[in-house]
Amino acid sequence: MELTGAQILLESLRREGVEVVFGFPGGAVIDIYDQLPHYPLRHVLVRHEQGAIHAADGYARATGKVGVCLVTSGPGATNTVTGIATAYMDSVPVVIITGQVPTPLIGNDAFQEVDIVGITRSCTKHNYLVKDVRDLARVIKEAFYLASTGRPGPVLIDLPKDVQTQLTEYKYPKTIKMRSYNPTYAPNPKQVAKVAEVLRKAKKPIIYAGGGVIASEASDDLAWLARALDIPVTATLMALGCFPADDPRWLGMLGMHGTYAANMAISHADLILAIGSRFDDRVTGKISEFAKNAKIVHIDIDPTSIQKNVAVHIPVVADCKSFLTALRDILEPALATEPAASHEAWTTKVSDWKAEKPLSYTQNETTIKPQFVVETISKLTKGEAVITTEVGQNQMWAAQFYAFTKPRSFISSGGLGTMGFGFPAAIGAQMAFPDRLVIDVAGDGSIQMCIQELATAVCYGLPVKIVILNNGYLGMVRQWQELFYKKNYCATCLDVAPDFVKLAEAYGAAGFRVTDPAKVESTLAEAFALPRPVIVDVVVDREENVAPMVPAGKSITEMILV
Amino acid sequence: MRHILSILVENEPGVLARVAGLFSGRGYNIETLNVAPTLTEGLSMMTITTTGDEAIIEQIVKQLRKLVTTLKVVDLTEVKSVQREMMLLRVDAEGQKRVEVLRIVDIFRCKVVDVSPDELVLEVTGNQEKLTALINLLQRIGIKEVARTGAVAMKRGMQE
Ligand SMILES: Cc1ncc(C[n+]2csc(CCOP(=O)(O)OP(=O)(O)O)c2C)c(N)n1
Ligand SMILES: [Mg+2]
Repeated sequence: MELTGAQILLESLRREGVEVVFGFPGGAVIDIYDQLPHYPLRHVLVRHEQGAIHAADGYARATGKVGVCLVTSGPGATNTVTGIATAYMDSVPVVIITGQVPTPLIGNDAFQEVDIVGITRSCTKHNYLVKDVRDLARVIKEAFYLASTGRPGPVLIDLPKDVQTQLTEYKYPKTIKMRSYNPTYAPNPKQVAKVAEVLRKAKKPIIYAGGGVIASEASDDLAWLARALDIPVTATLMALGCFPADDPRWLGMLGMHGTYAANMAISHADLILAIGSRFDDRVTGKISEFAKNAKIVHIDIDPTSIQKNVAVHIPVVADCKSFLTALRDILEPALATEPAASHEAWTTKVSDWKAEKPLSYTQNETTIKPQFVVETISKLTKGEAVITTEVGQNQMWAAQFYAFTKPRSFISSGGLGTMGFGFPAAIGAQMAFPDRLVIDVAGDGSIQMCIQELATAVCYGLPVKIVILNNGYLGMVRQWQELFYKKNYCATCLDVAPDFVKLAEAYGAAGFRVTDPAKVESTLAEAFALPRPVIVDVVVDREENVAPMVPAGKSITEMILV
Repeated sequence: MRHILSILVENEPGVLARVAGLFSGRGYNIETLNVAPTLTEGLSMMTITTTGDEAIIEQIVKQLRKLVTTLKVVDLTEVKSVQREMMLLRVDAEGQKRVEVLRIVDIFRCKVVDVSPDELVLEVTGNQEKLTALINLLQRIGIKEVARTGAVAMKRGMQE
């Protein structure tokens, strides 16, 4: 049957199993919107295209499915760029459809024309300009395949207006094979055997898990390994939730704002099993000082991640899940006949580090400590909510003080550090899970970057909770100014701020303000119980700092502890 | 060290920009670049020469392989290969100089492809060292213009 380009797009989305599209219309996609009501897709009309891409991203992170975003040409497309880069840095599968001016006008500086394919070339996994409607079905199939396989990432399809109305015979490819793209999933068995061997012999092993564990749904396999060999586990920001925080082997996050125990343990280990992580500079600190005495095993699906920042002794190119399954197949029978070398001295040492300098703060009777707020949220939700964050101190406190129990329950912009991400991402997660409690732990600065999405949340009845840790500052930058720039608080004070309670109410959401430490728990509980979007404006200690902190460029053992 | 990379890519719009953007975006340097279609419909071969230590070259090769439009990347510096580059030179050939230029043409097995009373256009093929040597010699006489193709290269036969 002959279909128009717009119909082909929508029908193909349906066949890919897409249920929700986050979008914002305009002249270059009006033909797609004209057809949209005929398809079983839920469309969420955001209030800014940045909201659409972050929501699609949050949806993808919460579910593991591909998030989809639809915007118009020109400004619609450029408004998504920050969100595309955010998804790219954190390897999130999203497909972005941008309208484009009609093909005869491309290159003419036509109204609302931008070269979005050129602009996003370095922040997408791949992108397409479809000039011939006969290519469209294949391109969509490829886009979903690319976005969701190998190391996932955003894929953009730029669709000129005339292509949307051209007719062609529609046939959606059932399978796909690309001669130039074949990601490696299965590990080399020889490498796996080597890893099993060094793991069994290690005296001071540690697991350093990254986002790849979550992306490949390998959390249970990781937990099996850690428990079978009694190995302490630390994780990056991207991997929080991959290992239950109540397990005694859990050390917390490592790196710049990592725990004392995690940073000490990785620095003194003799074997580091780095799985689905990438030795980012926020994790390693001064690279020449990082884990100098350790043998490093690195498992990653992306060969470019391996040997990029540190020298690796046993590299394994594989999907984390496939690797862990293969490893278990070797270890399980081997351990049954001969147990692994005991490393009690090591686990004791690690426990000592944990006990010596745990994450801490002191809540007094007058001023609310932001850490206390996060801990209270953790307690009230039993570690089972979906937590999104903005960026800054709020993000680090959420990472440190919420006791995550499940993968895909911590959604935060790690690689790009995008302020404004958390709230629209929470909308995306809430669309995916209408019945779960979704909470954006926000800063007073960041929340103002995508605040317009309150209208979206109200409009679709999404009961997202925004908890603002309101310190009246761009707190993280202020912290750097305090510690490294002689308290020159230039351009970080936000003393002119909206009344967030009234703001919530103006949008039709509910608003609460807390200033008394004694009211934190009851107010949060009341807010969480409301079946509507809520802002809880928590006025916190203005100059509280995130600790520990490794100053930029220092070794991760050189932590500022208070 | 200088490396010569042979990159087999899908011949589609934007491929050159993807490769060039990868080099510029990550701070790598392209010394020479050559692209042309292969015998297989829809595929092109790029030859890029670049410099960097082992770790950088390893990253470049992996990053190139990661591009969705790349089929194959070979570092020809690691295998026995033949490398050639073609160059056109417009040289000063007035009066006395003409004989000297023609002698060099002979030694370097250049071809004279255009003649005018006061200059000659030469065509020469060779590896980089040969072309550099020729330029050094002719510079003393006077080079008015140079156009080079950048290296192309191929693995030699009979090796693993
Ligand atoms: C879009 C964007 N602009 C600037 C920054 C730099 N930045 C990092 S943290 C931060 C402060 C954020 O302030 P707020 O949201 O109030 O969070 P707090 O640190 O106070 O918890 C800034 C400006 C950023 N990460 N993202
Ligand atoms: Mg703040």
